[in-house]
Amino acid sequence: MITGEDVDHISWLASIKVSEEERAGFVASFNSVLDYFHQLDELDTEDVEPTYRVVDLNNVFREDEATESLSQEEALSNAPRTENGYFKSPRIV
Amino acid sequence: MAEKDVIIGLEVHVQLNKLNSKLFCGCSTGYHDSPPNTHTCPVCLGLPGTLPVVNRRAVEYAIRVALALNCAIQGETLFYRKNYYYPDLPKAFQITQYDFPLGLGGAILIRGEDGEEKRIRITRVHMEEDPGRLVHAGTIDRAKYSMVDYNRCGMALLEVVTEPDLRSPKEARAFLDKLRNILEYLDVFDGNLEGAMRIDSNISLVGGERAEIKNISSHKGVEKALAYEITRQRSARRRGVAQVQETRHYDELRGITVTIRTKEEAHDYRYFPEPDLVPMRIADWVPRVEAELPELPDAKRERFVVDYDIADDHAKSLTSEIRVANFYELVAKRASPRLAAVWIADVLKGELNYRDATIDRFSPGHMVEILDMIEKGKITEKGAVEVIRTILDHGGDPAGVVEAKGLARAEDDAVMEAVRAAVEECAQAVADYRSGNEKAINFIVGMVMKRTRGRADPGEANRLVKEALDGAGGA
Repeated sequence: MITGEDVDHISWLASIKVSEEERAGFVASFNSVLDYFHQLDELDTEDVEPTYRVVDLNNVFREDEATESLSQEEALSNAPRTENGYFKSPRIV
Repeated sequence: MAEKDVIIGLEVHVQLNKLNSKLFCGCSTGYHDSPPNTHTCPVCLGLPGTLPVVNRRAVEYAIRVALALNCAIQGETLFYRKNYYYPDLPKAFQITQYDFPLGLGGAILIRGEDGEEKRIRITRVHMEEDPGRLVHAGTIDRAKYSMVDYNRCGMALLEVVTEPDLRSPKEARAFLDKLRNILEYLDVFDGNLEGAMRIDSNISLVGGERAEIKNISSHKGVEKALAYEITRQRSARRRGVAQVQETRHYDELRGITVTIRTKEEAHDYRYFPEPDLVPMRIADWVPRVEAELPELPDAKRERFVVDYDIADDHAKSLTSEIRVANFYELVAKRASPRLAAVWIADVLKGELNYRDATIDRFSPGHMVEILDMIEKGKITEKGAVEVIRTILDHGGDPAGVVEAKGLARAEDDAVMEAVRAAVEECAQAVADYRSGNEKAINFIVGMVMKRTRGRADPGEANRLVKEALDGAGGA
């Protein structure tokens, strides 16, 4: 069960401010997502090895070759604030 | 000074900066002299819809390092997401390793506090991506905003974690020096590049909680910060103030550490396996990488002692940096290896340290010429030091410097002439010497050196003066 306190903690971790009304909405949404996944608990997994993935793929690599990067203008083009070629962000300590 | 109650462990972040491209994208690693945000792409900027692909050579380099640190390589290794919200990470998570790191359980030898060989255990070696760099106008605590440069973001980084086996700031520094040396031998790392190595230090007094001092980039800085921290924790303890588990920042300008956050504010990273990357099964890479490992410092040191018949201390000094070791081998092939060891380890290294310069500043060919002139008696040892200093400070070549500065050793006749003149001139000193004051001879030798403008060998001059005085006295 997700509680209002869990939502507060998650919003703090994500640095996203959540209003009182939104908070109640998130409690409901999170719980409905969890309930949905609880359907998996009905399956008998007794003889199934635990895994992190569903496809059995491994060792996908690229060679160590440098390719062209974006220009500074392109890199900064989505940024709301820039200064002297830098992204500008609020100070966070 | 051995400090029995001090416990230090290190987490060292090492950039694999000899790679051509970043860890998960093709952006070039050669950003060091470039304007900000000119080495980025949608992947390392964390734009939506992009996918990371692992640089194969980065994994090979990581295996190389883990093997050189005597770690066991994990046959299957995984990347995780470490979630935290900070402007140096455009994705708001860092791709790193958590469970199943690449290397586990190694150790290296350092020279401990009492001069003994000491084994420092390595807990783990894992791969991760470097975050971007934050720049502040003025000091970090007064700046109104941060400016972010993502050129560094996505560089392949290794984190080397030690067990708490270090007992003093000096041992911590010895460990870092040795680690840097090994990394440079492996040709995966250039320690001269800015930000190449960044160190977090954990330090506590026996029975107390630990403080973590974050993100120091120089070995000297780590040594100083730890020394400060020991004093601070001791004095807190004397005053009855308990150390709490906390993270501290080292203020290099003021030479102090200040608290950033305590345990209660500790991060909650919510690690989970990176869904955009597949596991790496690398067990069968290991024999090949191992076979290709270059000679490491300890082995090279032993070989130098045997092959070149030099003292172990000289061999240690010469192998403490790959560039110096290579320089020595070049010179030793064309000059007396023992003379070369003395002049490179004892003289050249000292002159370079004094100037905060690396060995690239001096040419092996010049060293060979200088050693040749010493052996043939063309210059005195004092003159040779002068030649080295002059080349370091003003450039030029040995023959030219000897010529320009008149350092050629005076011909024997000229020295004899100077001795005769000095004995004649210093009647008082001669009389003092003969009445038993042996030190008076120094004054006469000084006159000889003055007359030859320093080109006589002082030992030789001393012998000649003595001969002249004793011979004349006996007559």
